[in-house]
Amino acid sequence: MSAPGETVDPSRVHALDPDQLAAAVAAARESIRAASDLDALAAVRTAHVQGATAPLVLARRELGALPREERADAGRRHNAARADVQAAFDARLAELTSERDARVLREEVVDVTLPATRRPRGARHPLTTLSDRLVDVFVAMGYEVAEGPEVEHDWFNFEALNMAPDHPARSEHDTLYVAPTGSGRLLRTHTSPVQIRSLLSRPLPVYVVAPGRTYRNDTIDATHSPVFGQLEGLAVDEGITMADLRGTLAVFAEALFGQGLSTRLRPSFFPFTEPSAELDVQCFACRGEAARQPCRVCSDEGWIEIGGCGMVDPHVLRAVGVDPVRYSGFAFGMGLERATMIRHDVREIRDFVDGDVRFGLPFGIED
Amino acid sequence: MLIVMSWLREYVEGLPPTRAVADALIRAGFEVEGLRAVGADVSGVVVGEVVGFELVETKKKSVRWCQVRVAEPAKGEDPAGGVRGVICGAHNFAVGDRVAVALPGAMLPGGFAITARRTYGHVSDGMICSARELGLGEDHDGILVLPPPTPLGADVTELLDLADEVLDIAVTPDRGYALSVRGIAREAATAFALPFRDPGDSGGDASGAGEAYPVVVEDTAGCDRYVARVVTGVDPAATTPLSWSRRLSLSGMRSISVPVDVTNAVLLGLGQPLHAFDRAKLTGPIVVRRAVAGEKLRTLDDVERVLDPEDLVIADDSGPIALAGVMGGAATEISAETTDIVLESAHFDAISVARTARRHRLSSEASRRFERGVDPALAPVAAAVAVDLLTQLAGAQAVPGVTDVDHRAATAPVPLPLDEAERLAGRPYPAEVIRRRLADVGCAITEDDAGRGDVLAVVAPSWRPDLTRPADLVEEIVRLEGYDTIPVTLPRLPAARGITPAQRMRRAVGRALAHAGFVEVLTLPFVAQDAADMLGLAADDPRRAAVRVANPIAEDAAYLRTTLLSGLIAAAVRNIGRGQQDLALFEAGLVFRELPGGPPVARTPPVDRRPTSDEIAALDATLPTQPRHVAALLTGRREPGGWASAARAADWADAVDAAHLVAESLGLSLTVTAGDTMPWHPGRCAALSVAGRRVGHAGELHPRVLGEVGLPPRAVAMELDLDALIDAATAAPPIAAPTISTYPPADRDVALVVPTRVPVAEVTAALREGAGELLESLALFDVFEGAQVGPGQRSLAFGLRLRAADRTLTAAEANAARDAAVARAADRTGAALRA
Repeated sequence: MSAPGETVDPSRVHALDPDQLAAAVAAARESIRAASDLDALAAVRTAHVQGATAPLVLARRELGALPREERADAGRRHNAARADVQAAFDARLAELTSERDARVLREEVVDVTLPATRRPRGARHPLTTLSDRLVDVFVAMGYEVAEGPEVEHDWFNFEALNMAPDHPARSEHDTLYVAPTGSGRLLRTHTSPVQIRSLLSRPLPVYVVAPGRTYRNDTIDATHSPVFGQLEGLAVDEGITMADLRGTLAVFAEALFGQGLSTRLRPSFFPFTEPSAELDVQCFACRGEAARQPCRVCSDEGWIEIGGCGMVDPHVLRAVGVDPVRYSGFAFGMGLERATMIRHDVREIRDFVDGDVRFGLPFGIED
Repeated sequence: MLIVMSWLREYVEGLPPTRAVADALIRAGFEVEGLRAVGADVSGVVVGEVVGFELVETKKKSVRWCQVRVAEPAKGEDPAGGVRGVICGAHNFAVGDRVAVALPGAMLPGGFAITARRTYGHVSDGMICSARELGLGEDHDGILVLPPPTPLGADVTELLDLADEVLDIAVTPDRGYALSVRGIAREAATAFALPFRDPGDSGGDASGAGEAYPVVVEDTAGCDRYVARVVTGVDPAATTPLSWSRRLSLSGMRSISVPVDVTNAVLLGLGQPLHAFDRAKLTGPIVVRRAVAGEKLRTLDDVERVLDPEDLVIADDSGPIALAGVMGGAATEISAETTDIVLESAHFDAISVARTARRHRLSSEASRRFERGVDPALAPVAAAVAVDLLTQLAGAQAVPGVTDVDHRAATAPVPLPLDEAERLAGRPYPAEVIRRRLADVGCAITEDDAGRGDVLAVVAPSWRPDLTRPADLVEEIVRLEGYDTIPVTLPRLPAARGITPAQRMRRAVGRALAHAGFVEVLTLPFVAQDAADMLGLAADDPRRAAVRVANPIAEDAAYLRTTLLSGLIAAAVRNIGRGQQDLALFEAGLVFRELPGGPPVARTPPVDRRPTSDEIAALDATLPTQPRHVAALLTGRREPGGWASAARAADWADAVDAAHLVAESLGLSLTVTAGDTMPWHPGRCAALSVAGRRVGHAGELHPRVLGEVGLPPRAVAMELDLDALIDAATAAPPIAAPTISTYPPADRDVALVVPTRVPVAEVTAALREGAGELLESLALFDVFEGAQVGPGQRSLAFGLRLRAADRTLTAAEANAARDAAVARAADRTGAALRA
């Protein structure tokens, strides 16, 4: 390094000469521009920007060799030259880094359509899902969920429901009896015994829904199953009317098939209700409009029969000790398989009990 | 019930087209399952006369080449003109007979077009039709021969009223009256506010000449009315006219003979079952009584039946001659030679008939009606109608006199508060509407109770034994006014508690398993008697206490499952058979275990009052135990594998893990010990308990069982008593939250050499205990067996994470805790630190 002195050695301060500085900047910029990748740029950095032998670094050391009155001016010129080179370097560095990053990301591309199956897939049974969904609708209205045994006593399944042993309606039930004969035990033919159990075990008013498995003496085929799911509803209170039943069933039908479908009650007969009715819901597929027919869902009826209902028979109320003059009630029941078959276009009822995983999986979990 | 519309329209004039009638009946509660138009698709069939024929013999068959004239010859026309040749396979006609000829261009039922075609060496210029070919019935024994005066060339469709419609109506069990044209006609008349000509009002004149035949009714409870009429001189050669045989045929009955057809026509038209005895075969008076034990009767279906003392029978001096209201006996049956007939038109008790029909597995048109209620006022009317028809159609003479043993009880009036319909239906019904609708039904309103005018005293008509209570009358009023006039409201419910914790937990279990990759199945719960043997269950295993179905669908599925594994195994086998080898199935549902010693006998409580709690308990005590279980079965690959990772086969630990998953979803943790319970592999069976109570098992299934049931080796399963788990979860105190320390942990690893027979669970428990409060968590990260650790020994490597709540542990403290843990393990299990 030059020592400060009174005399200036022109050969030493030559490096701070404006022309010399300009040449150094030009050389640096050219090298920076020419650097084609980050490694090359690192070499340029040493040679031209910050390395000990870089011309501008060397020139900086000679500032002291200038006469005091020239130093400020030369310092300013030198700083400007340094800043110029640094800026060019930073810009190129950013450019090359960005190019490198883009290239790396490009190289890391994967085919995201490769199957991402890491977990085994599971599913809940569509009847369970439907049952839960319908139960939730009623629970939201203030109902509770009642239960009963599947091997049931005749008294609960038939007699208390106004079906004495010789009632003709019994022959329509194709009951599976449980040995020993005469024990009064049977596989419940409907969820209605839960009505009796609820009315015996709960204080009035009673508002319950009862989903569950029921049994009939049917050989399994495409449309029959000895085991099927039902959902039953019961309301016993002061002032309950068929109008309440209609309103409740409208909510129910909406939960089952969606909004905007009308419902219809058709007079019918059940031993445990009087008056009794069949519940029909407007067909969700054709809505009874000829333009959308032929309709495979309802066979052009325009209506889908989904269950039975009515006002709780006074004999039923009497059998559980409820005063039929003061209280009234409604009850309704529907088959879960039938509703699922209609809603999801299930072809064979045996699919529900075969346990084939291909049947269950598409229904997923639906919490 | 098939209802022929032309018949129904005889009783109700002015009815709209049948489609509208059907819709109105549906609205009134009569489910119309079918509407069939018949005969309308028949055209071009005319009356012809067979003027001659010659036989055409072929190897297979002999047919007739007939000359048929289908128009009267015009004056002066050649009598041979206008005659056409038709080939006919039937032989039941003679020259001069009038027959139905389908001319070329004619259409027969089902769109069957007739053309002139060459057959048997001739061009058959049309076809001579049988009754069946015209859609007239099932008679295909020969062609239809028309009565001689039938005009030649007349259109057969018009002549025979071929065009008709038939409704198929499903009648509910409470409406016996609707099993007749009379009953449905009344409903149709009401629906359109048209006058109803009640065929039940006609005839029934007693003729006033005393008894027709001696009848003794010993059991007036079983038979409260017995009418007998006698006809003589029935012409055995008489044939039923086409108009009647067609009605019967469209109603689903075959034409047999005039007397049989007449009884059937009355049955269908009025709903009154009749029985015709051959008078020549009766000995002594008719007696209505219960059977005597051991008595026998050969019924019309040619089955010899041993009678029960509860069976109500018709008897004469020879013994029982009919099962009352169910079926007649063969010995007194009318035959082709019968000329004198005793007609029975009676009213039998519904329950008695139902029991006899069920006891003898014999359901007939008669029993079906009696079970559902026949109008007891009809007996003399129906008998009179039948006598008239026999007189008209079979040349019979009515013997004067009517036997009418009448023990009918008076019908008690039903008090109907005028506001009862509104109370139940939720809309007002004015008094005049109530009165009009009750009148439509046929009720008589005898008086206003106590003169107050707000309660009606309603007497139901004789054909409506089902109307005994106010609610029954309300149904009629509301039904006839239309259910669609009922408003739509919602009840106001009191606050409720939502689903119970147990119900919520069941859902949680199902969802947890589904999320973990299990597919829920709901299998049939029926198993074979040897189901327990298939699973290799021990002789004293509680799962051998299977409940038996008394009338099983199949003998090899006569028992109820005692374990969910039976159904899961069957489902897995089915899946594998269909090509799905990788399975993780689960099911939640009831299993059934018979009571030791079978069910106690419980007295059935009456239904006219609430049962006592003792009575309810006695009924419940007869039921088998029915706990809810959850079970899972895995076979094949547990993790699917694929392009990036290898598949992993399911093993015993997956079954145990599934059990843990169930417990965790309920906030419980399972204690695992080594178990030895079939159907699991004795060395790979985990016994699972909660709070000291055994709740199930998990592990690999026994190789012998797998071979027996046809599942691949190494299939695994678990089964848990879900009710027991939920009980435990419901009873458990709230979970205590851990203290979360923010100080750094100290991790220490230890490798212990332990005798192989010592379960890891014991070593883990000892380490936990020894390490004390500072132990935050513990994990087994390596198990090693080999020469380095010696025979009968294995090396278990644990990672211990130690942490204090209030300070950073020093190395000395962490080491002390580790050493205490190892010391406890050494003490308990003989573990030694691995050198």
